[in-house]
Amino acid sequence: MSEKMTNSCKGTANVQLMQGNEACAMGAIKAGASFFGGYPITPSTEIAEYIAREFPKLGRYFMQMEDEIASIGAMIGASMVGHKAFTATSGPGFSLMQELIGYAAVAEVPLVIINVMRFGPSTGLPTMPQSGDIMQARWGTHGDHSIIALSPSSVTEAYYMTIDAFNLAEKYRTPVVLLMDEKVGHLREGFDISNDPEPEIFDRVSAHEGKYVPFANTESGVPPFVALGQGERYHFTGLTHNEAGFYTSDAGKVSEFMQRICGKIEDHVDEIAQFELDAMDDAEIVIMAYGAVARSAHETVESLRNAGHKVGLLRLKTIWPFHTDKVRELCAGKKLVAMPEMNMGQLAVMAKAALGDMPFLPINQVDGRLIKPETIEKAILDKLAEMGGDR
Amino acid sequence: MKVLAKKFKVLLNQKTCKACGICMALCPKKVLGKQHDGKAVVVDEAACIGCQSCSMHCPDFCFVVKEAAADE
Amino acid sequence: MEAVYEKYFRGNLPHIWCPGCGNGIVMSAIARALDKLGYPQDDVLFISGIGCSSRMSGYMDLNTVHTAHGRALAFATGAKVCEPRLHVFVLMGDGDAAAIGGNHFIHACRRNIDMTAIVINNSIYGMTGGQFSPLTPTGKKATTAPYGSIDRAFNLVELSRGAGATYVARADVYHAALLTNLIVEAAQHKGFSVVEAVSTCPISFGRYNDMPEPADMMMWLRDNTITVAQAAKLTDEEAADKIIIGKHFETEAVEYGEEMARLLASAKEAE
Repeated sequence: MSEKMTNSCKGTANVQLMQGNEACAMGAIKAGASFFGGYPITPSTEIAEYIAREFPKLGRYFMQMEDEIASIGAMIGASMVGHKAFTATSGPGFSLMQELIGYAAVAEVPLVIINVMRFGPSTGLPTMPQSGDIMQARWGTHGDHSIIALSPSSVTEAYYMTIDAFNLAEKYRTPVVLLMDEKVGHLREGFDISNDPEPEIFDRVSAHEGKYVPFANTESGVPPFVALGQGERYHFTGLTHNEAGFYTSDAGKVSEFMQRICGKIEDHVDEIAQFELDAMDDAEIVIMAYGAVARSAHETVESLRNAGHKVGLLRLKTIWPFHTDKVRELCAGKKLVAMPEMNMGQLAVMAKAALGDMPFLPINQVDGRLIKPETIEKAILDKLAEMGGDR
Repeated sequence: MKVLAKKFKVLLNQKTCKACGICMALCPKKVLGKQHDGKAVVVDEAACIGCQSCSMHCPDFCFVVKEAAADE
Repeated sequence: MEAVYEKYFRGNLPHIWCPGCGNGIVMSAIARALDKLGYPQDDVLFISGIGCSSRMSGYMDLNTVHTAHGRALAFATGAKVCEPRLHVFVLMGDGDAAAIGGNHFIHACRRNIDMTAIVINNSIYGMTGGQFSPLTPTGKKATTAPYGSIDRAFNLVELSRGAGATYVARADVYHAALLTNLIVEAAQHKGFSVVEAVSTCPISFGRYNDMPEPADMMMWLRDNTITVAQAAKLTDEEAADKIIIGKHFETEAVEYGEEMARLLASAKEAE
């Protein structure tokens, strides 16, 4: 039984009834966020409200901006001068932020965007869930780049994963998206971190030797970050730039730049990508899931196990970068890989690429409701019957 | 009686001149002229009154106008 | 060469601007203004949008950010709120500030956050080759208005004032000394200040509008500008086609950063 995915509070005195959105806001505070720029949008608004209440007491800055474009712009400005900046939004707002997500990626400005995913496209069903922004998080901005995106499955995990998101943003100098299903954002469950070890907090590295080169080709691919206004007068631009930060169209430099900003993430997929494996050791059937759906999948694993099927859960905590090799390795030799998703099969595209000819069953539901355990169970049993019946 | 008019040096960096012609059009004393390639050239430095019109209006920062030392 | 240019420029010149472009004149005015203001360069944050004029940030030896089209004020707002000690200048073009960034512009005015917005208004989108902007006068020609623009133009001074800016001025590149002085005044003003710098684009505006030579545009500015004091003696109709230069408006109002500091102090006290 996974600890973080479901309520693990064991009747302690410190247990609180906590909402996913609130846990996210608490995680941001714990991570050291000191600037929030946002615009109200369902179903993420509780995060802004929590921060608006708590940040001033801590001497940190909450701003309600004129729209989501301004929100991410202000976050980038805040981050450039040395603050950990974040926002909370949902589909329509996330769409508006796309241009500047690309800016943050090429200017290498750490940011955290909490996207509490609602049903789309367009205004869709504002209070209902859909894991509809999986591909937008990856490719929503124009041009090649890489991105980090995480998806929590529980309230407790929303807290810790928000901290992870900040740590990753600072460590890799990049925007990080927390893709939280509405069902997790609005979920209330027991929350008790009183006996947990202190989470590690990572702050951006400013130390460097000799003259400061703001976009240096370091070994890790991540240049040190000296905040603007601290004595190093340098230049940020969204134009393709050289190591000093100035525009270049030199073919060699452009190529080197692109390789570095993508490679600094993709080459570290082993460090970044996190999985949770449940009952996988002897599993013949794998359910691969993430976010709120992983909770249903967990129930399915239990009920199918009770019925004598060897089923395991492969939970993707990290959505991007997608660890193709690891997924292939974990699923190798299995009889079937099922992938329930609250969308038309967005991450299934990546799963198929990883699995090749292995038997794969996408289970897609787009009706504004969380996929139920029995829906997953029935789809798997039907498939098994079709495959040659050990039903 | 000696006229106590100040004298000025007009330093012109022709390398960065883009031959737009603004300086010569605005110079009130015709200190500047147009070279064969359209670039500015100082033709009558003695006439300069130090108004800084050229240095303020040159889009390419080609001018520095300063008071000449007394013995110049 | 010497003096202000060398101190405030990075030395990566010549710039990309066309012969006779007013952007260089504004850049020179900004350098002179910075010299008069005497701020340490390390304490100046210079943020620009996208377009010809916004390339200026790359040339200035300051803390500089070349942002995205229309978004300079949003970046500047986040930075200024977090680091109030920095002197923030935001440089935008007319399309940048009044079209794609129009929403950010009016809200920056409304917040009255302490920074200086310099809007270089050359009446055209220059970088993309001469399309009309919200500040192109009605009837003027552009590549996307080959018969003359049918759009009404914003009056940026009135827009700024109406939106809540607490210092609003306008100068032009012919009156470069005035422009310098107004930038100094705007920077010294506590609150959101706007300086519209009416400029020239000989290549993409002048050529299509009977002013093919850079000097023609300068003379046109000389002949079509009147001061705020002169305008006060004219009827609205008489002043309608004139560019009114000088300080238009200055008032005091609660500044956003101070209000933020007050909020933080009172929230802490209440704890």
